[in-house]
Amino acid sequence: MMNLTRRSALAGVAAVAASTGLAACATAGGDDGDKVKQGDTSAENPLGVSADAALEVVIFKGGYGDQYAIDAGSSLKQKFPKVAVDHKGIQGVGEVLQPRFVADSPPDVVDNSGAGRLDLATLVSAGKLTDLTSLLDAPSLDDPSKKVRDTLMPGVIEDGTFDGKPLVLNYSSVLWGVWYSKSLFAKHGWTFPKTWDEMLTLNDEIKKAGLHPWTWQGKYPEYLNDPLVSLAAKAGGFDLVKSIDNLAPGAWQSPAMLAAAEAIHQLAVRGHIMPGSEGLSHTEAQNAWCKGQVAFIPCGSWLEGEQQAVTPAGFDMVMGTVPALTGSDKLPNGAVMAASSESFIVPAKAKNVPGGLEFLRHLFSQKVARGFAENAKALPVVTGATDGLSLTSGLGSVAEAVKAAGPNVFSYKFRTWYAPLSKALDDATGELATKRINPQQWAERVQKAADAVAKDSSIVKHQR
Amino acid sequence: MRHGKYRFLAGALIVPLTLYGVFVLSPYLQAFQLAFTNWNGVDSAPEFTGFDNFSKLWDDPLFLAGLRNNGLMLLVVPLAVIVLALALAAGTRGTRVYRVVYFFPQLLSVAIIAVLWQFVYTPNSGLLNGALAALGLDSWRQSWLAEPNLALWCVMAVMIWSSVGFYVVLFSAAMESVPDDIMEAAAIDGAGPMTVFRRITIPLIWESVQVGWIYLGIAALDGFALVQIMTVGPGGPDNSTEVMGLGLYRTAFTFGKFGYASAMGVAIFFLTLSIAVLLLRVTKRERVELA
Repeated sequence: MMNLTRRSALAGVAAVAASTGLAACATAGGDDGDKVKQGDTSAENPLGVSADAALEVVIFKGGYGDQYAIDAGSSLKQKFPKVAVDHKGIQGVGEVLQPRFVADSPPDVVDNSGAGRLDLATLVSAGKLTDLTSLLDAPSLDDPSKKVRDTLMPGVIEDGTFDGKPLVLNYSSVLWGVWYSKSLFAKHGWTFPKTWDEMLTLNDEIKKAGLHPWTWQGKYPEYLNDPLVSLAAKAGGFDLVKSIDNLAPGAWQSPAMLAAAEAIHQLAVRGHIMPGSEGLSHTEAQNAWCKGQVAFIPCGSWLEGEQQAVTPAGFDMVMGTVPALTGSDKLPNGAVMAASSESFIVPAKAKNVPGGLEFLRHLFSQKVARGFAENAKALPVVTGATDGLSLTSGLGSVAEAVKAAGPNVFSYKFRTWYAPLSKALDDATGELATKRINPQQWAERVQKAADAVAKDSSIVKHQR
Repeated sequence: MRHGKYRFLAGALIVPLTLYGVFVLSPYLQAFQLAFTNWNGVDSAPEFTGFDNFSKLWDDPLFLAGLRNNGLMLLVVPLAVIVLALALAAGTRGTRVYRVVYFFPQLLSVAIIAVLWQFVYTPNSGLLNGALAALGLDSWRQSWLAEPNLALWCVMAVMIWSSVGFYVVLFSAAMESVPDDIMEAAAIDGAGPMTVFRRITIPLIWESVQVGWIYLGIAALDGFALVQIMTVGPGGPDNSTEVMGLGLYRTAFTFGKFGYASAMGVAIFFLTLSIAVLLLRVTKRERVELA
């Protein structure tokens, strides 16, 4: 035992305090330190991993757990037994990692997800992320004749591409649609509508049967934006989606977008929305729907997992793709809005960049992805990973929707790129659904917000 | 020996003072420094942008909405709490049971209060609408937190509910220290209960009331936790419950503009300071010495 007198202890504390005081400035930069150099590449080791370098992996341990990342780590260790994988499954990724990004000593792989994650657009514009092209062009783990990029679902690479550079790879595929109970619909002899006109007609019928046709998670208005912008994308096609994301003048007031706002407005005007929905949290609205009080609810594909504990047996929830807006939509009927979540990044200043990329190669393999589908009850972005698995009714309908959509999968970027615009859109849609503004006023307001973002030189712009 | 005592005191204080310096003072100072930069939260070398952040505040509709709503809260909440607390304290003199009951909300954390009241206000199964229906007042039922004209008042009602108990206890304690003989003398001179309350009690407990004004004034400029947890959006519907603290939080953690958010923090800091000083000045009265 060290002979520690009180005085020397105090002196020690003071010294530590003084040094942290100096180093604790929020913006103090770090040095590059001892970066692991890329080793020799070979067919077996296409990314040039050094066989004995340490690898630090930080995973968001949320609704999906972190078993799949642990699996990826063990898969990597089978190939490189001397690599020490330091796996950390945490919550509050942003709080933990923000100081490390500032000091330029981040981990080698990060799953930047969950509440309190770091803002991706900010990380991108600050140049904090590694270009993942070499990983995408590397042979996949399962089939060396196939590149990693060819094993992923359509739209996944684009989802993580910023100004032509793939910087983020998302793991879980999320689709947005309108959910209903298959058993409830069978009981009443209803079928999921193919067009919005059919939707409105069916809603009248549902009302007559004594049910509320629609509800939505009013406390968080973005839930109703999803069907709205999906309708617009179907009518206006990929061009409209691009013009929205590129902040094109007048895009929010284009005919397709206006018609989509009108479609959602009609739900409110015709009294198809359960009264009080505008004041319900997502849990309250979804539970009302699960109790069979309401026929439809808009939501992403996580709904089944989220409602697991309260869904009655035999409810058989399924996701329908948002119906066609007009008879002359630019996208075919199965087109669906999809994006991916669980954003994996390799920080630019990571000590072991090749190791981080290799970790992702294992993560995106068939075996690990299958385990993810089984454990996390969500759809991984690796194609064919769920083939042959017996899926629950909800996840099965989502997998089918992916197949039916084929290449007609669209996603908007503005939510990630321009948070202030999303905020303005959410506010406006909340007002539209309560009839406090009409579709024209809605479009005007959102367009104004888009123009303000376009003009604001402090916001980094992206193009697609 | 005296020398040794000072050395001991300094030794005992150095740890807490250092901790205070590192975790309280230094973030404050850094916020002032960051307020003049465009720091995005992850950059190591933010640019100095002068007073840009501060001039932007004046045309930021969200910040102005927050300023307006906090202003209304500042007018309503302290006055309502103090009037209610004085009335309850005077009305329950000597009965301790009520004070314990009034004090209950003080024992709950703000987060729990917000969640509980969200259940009270929720439209279809909420306590408030349920009570109205039971009384036959169905037409009064509302989506309380989803009506732009009502939402802020609903939030203020919760603020008042949750703070009134503390001030009842504070004022009661002060009232108990008012000597009975003064009250009796006034009563003998023919003063009614209202006159005694206005002319005797209030002046004698004024210092406690003054403390109440300042604390409540500071609380009215916050409201972040309640709004963040309870309201639609949060801050809605359509920014009708936006408060400055929420705007700051969103600017930093959603919009990734830490420099600008720091400028908001600095503005709120000076605003709170000025209001506190102003309230001290306005509520200043001659101190009554009890012989």
